[in-house]
Amino acid sequence: MSRVSTGSGPRPASGGFETFSWYYFRISGVILIFLVIVHLIIMHVTNDVSCTTYMFVSMRYSNPFWRLFDWLLLTLALTHGMNGLRVVIDDYVRSASARLWLLSVVGVLLLVFFMLGTITLITFQPLPAAQQGIQCLR
Amino acid sequence: MYKGQSGMWSWLFHRVSGLAILLFLLIHIVDISMLSFGPAVYNNSILLFDQWEVRLLSLALIAAILYHAFNGIRIMLIDFWPKAVKYQKVLFTIVLVVTIALFIPSAYFVMGPVLYWFTHVHVASVAH
Repeated sequence: MSRVSTGSGPRPASGGFETFSWYYFRISGVILIFLVIVHLIIMHVTNDVSCTTYMFVSMRYSNPFWRLFDWLLLTLALTHGMNGLRVVIDDYVRSASARLWLLSVVGVLLLVFFMLGTITLITFQPLPAAQQGIQCLR
Repeated sequence: MYKGQSGMWSWLFHRVSGLAILLFLLIHIVDISMLSFGPAVYNNSILLFDQWEVRLLSLALIAAILYHAFNGIRIMLIDFWPKAVKYQKVLFTIVLVVTIALFIPSAYFVMGPVLYWFTHVHVASVAH
């Protein structure tokens, strides 16, 4: 027999970062569902990974829409995931100093990988067609 | 109420799949950054993803993504639809069924090209 909330009793903390985090998981999650499914279809269904070569990327990224799409996927997935990692660390790590350490690592990872991905997406300039290598590896 | 029942497993799989996806994402950001080093380097790193062992891992990743996405929808239903909490077990079953149902065609697309002697799946032409 499941016990369901009656609506009375002690209230959880409202406002603040945790509430934002709660909403952020769900909002970013909904957008990510759409972004990830399209990404998977492009990379595995309408193409095969052996054809996702430099030439393939050049063709896609000649349209700035795909750069933006991928950047959105990068940002939302990275923040959604790192927020999740933060929750997991908070759940299992008791000592405050260890938590501080680990959460700092999470923050640094977030920053570094976000920068790496963004720089890659922004600075990609395809070489002239003759130098782009083969279309499919298989 | 939760220990050892569907509520616990759904939460646990959600957490494990999330961490696995995050780990993959970090690796993926690095391999895509190889683009900055030109076609020879980048195509070489793509070759890695073509190996059947890595394709198998990609398939496992897709399973994790499918489960995490659909269970996420289930979580949101439970959050925002008051009656859903009574149906949480049914919803969990639906999540598992849909995950497996979409996993099967994924296996076909991901493993097909390396099992071509069996499936005769040729690589699809490039589309953008």
